Amino acid sequence: MTALIFLIFAGIAVFCGVNLVVQTHPIASALSLIGVMGSLAVLYLQLGGEFIAAAQVIVYAGAIMVLFVFVIMLLNAGAETPTFQVSRFVKYLGAILLAFFLGLISFIIQGALPKSEGVLFGTFQGTALDVGRKLFTTYLLPFEVTSVLILIAIVGAIVLARKEV
Amino acid sequence: MNFFILSLIKVALVAFVLLTTLAYLQWIERKVIAHVQLRVGPYRVGPHGLLQPLADVVKLITKEGLIPSHVNKLFYLMAPFVAVTLALISISVIPFGPEIKIGPVTTWMQLTDLRIGILFVIAVSSIGVYGVALGGWASNNKYSLLGGLRSSAQMISYELPLALAVAAPLLLANTLSFREMVNYQSGYWLGFIPRWNLFPEILGFIVFMIAGFAETNRVPFDLPEAENELVAGFHTEYSSMNFAAFFMAEYANMVTVTAVATLLFLGGWQPPFPAPYSDVIPILVFALGGLVALYHGLNPARRMDKFTLPATALVFLGIAAIFGLSLFVAPLKPILMALFWFCGKVLVLLFVFIWVRATLPRFRYDQLMRFAWIGLFPLAMFNLLATSLIVALTTK
Amino acid sequence: MVPNAPVPLSWYLILSAILFALGVAGFIFRRNIITVFMSIELMLNAVNLSFVTFSYQFKQVDGHIYSFFVMVVAAAEAAVGLAIILTVFKNRATLMIDEVNSMKY
Repeated sequence: MTALIFLIFAGIAVFCGVNLVVQTHPIASALSLIGVMGSLAVLYLQLGGEFIAAAQVIVYAGAIMVLFVFVIMLLNAGAETPTFQVSRFVKYLGAILLAFFLGLISFIIQGALPKSEGVLFGTFQGTALDVGRKLFTTYLLPFEVTSVLILIAIVGAIVLARKEV
Repeated sequence: MNFFILSLIKVALVAFVLLTTLAYLQWIERKVIAHVQLRVGPYRVGPHGLLQPLADVVKLITKEGLIPSHVNKLFYLMAPFVAVTLALISISVIPFGPEIKIGPVTTWMQLTDLRIGILFVIAVSSIGVYGVALGGWASNNKYSLLGGLRSSAQMISYELPLALAVAAPLLLANTLSFREMVNYQSGYWLGFIPRWNLFPEILGFIVFMIAGFAETNRVPFDLPEAENELVAGFHTEYSSMNFAAFFMAEYANMVTVTAVATLLFLGGWQPPFPAPYSDVIPILVFALGGLVALYHGLNPARRMDKFTLPATALVFLGIAAIFGLSLFVAPLKPILMALFWFCGKVLVLLFVFIWVRATLPRFRYDQLMRFAWIGLFPLAMFNLLATSLIVALTTK
Repeated sequence: MVPNAPVPLSWYLILSAILFALGVAGFIFRRNIITVFMSIELMLNAVNLSFVTFSYQFKQVDGHIYSFFVMVVAAAEAAVGLAIILTVFKNRATLMIDEVNSMKY
């Protein structure tokens, strides 16, 4: 069951990733990225990261991508036109080479990783309690620094994007 | 019983009840707004307009489903689908009652309890923004685009006070799951004041309700779909079932927001005073309603009421009898009591939603955004800071 | 039901590598500046998956916390980056990065 869910959502993630790169209109790319984030959230749930899965959906898919979608809708730039034309033979050859390259990556990674246990849903639970505890004790300094970083980003974004009076 | 069969039964039950409730919520809304405005509302289709939702559904289904030629078909068809799906998904973590025992089966009155249930509801409402934004953009129409963008900006602006208002009871109860949140609110102070989160967190409750109005695009925050300003906002180009889907999504969102408010602030299915005395309340309420209907049925104002008022009285007295019977039949009592209190509280909050719609004018867009960022957000922040200060000072 | 065999950890890392490679490909080959930006977000997501996978291997939540910080930094970067894109669009009226090629205006 774990393997089935992993294969389905990994397939969706890869399909949406390829779609992001291939699509001409930015809004289709944005929606594909939201698909990637959603399937990654399911994979985080499988790996026991329930808090991080919820944070991914709330922060990444629900706020950052909304910002992207807003900017795309406001700027209303149309679809991108391709710069150079490629023949169909080159496209097929490219797809085969891509698959070969990805297979090579998989083989190398699988060989490099020591034989560790597999992932079973339910073995590890990264509860909000554990994350919160570590976040406010061990990682307190990065936490405070990132809040200052967000403040800087807010000020910067407002200054850059406001109308000149 | 097998987990899957049990879940399927629960899903079928909840889906059926929810969809009927959404249809009749529209009837309740039209009747309440009508009576506030001193008119009658739907009256002819069935006794007192009770078959009006059915007639509306039939009309919407049989209407011509027009897809304009200038729209982006994929996103145009995807937007209402996304809106409805997400609105219905968030109902799956809402508990309607405590653990019950029917024969050999022991189960909670909830589809599934997630350890991060509250975060799940916030996450689903965050993605719900896309249904509106895509609907506005795909319609390829400047009014729809403006309406869609304004509505999405409003929804994400009010998500922040919503999440902050939710965070305060989380600090008190120390859990993210709905079941434990309701269990935290059990018990009574001084023997008769319920330990609801409403009393320490009254500011949080008010902020949550106001943010809930804005999240569901209800008046006074419904400028993006205002009928007389932006044509019809982001659902201008939608007809028949797609339009019905957007409406169903709005009502389902309303039900979700009120259910979450009940669970977080009003104690869920817990009665407001201790158990032996609060068991007679449902019987009293329905019996009183039945007697009032019977009294008015003796000399009715209109000719139709000679039949409908006694029928209503019969129904109410029958329900009172069922509640009375459940006091003696052991497995039935917790189910019916929990359902009465939970649905009663949700209906009171829904009545507040509808009452506000009939009463208040709508905000202008810049007033709306200013209210979110300069009014509600500091208030929610102050509430959270005060709560965390008190919790930090009083826990060992 | 289906037998509950564990999924090898390397599969998650392979998925992370594939998504990262796709992100790099999008970053190099696309010309629309917003799509380039989204490829960067894809790369960050792939790295998040790596972090959470390794956190599972060691059975500690530190990986989740690093992933959380990556998300926060990505949010800040997206806000400022999109503000810059808006400014570029206001000044040059184009979103193709090939056409923003003169230092003086």
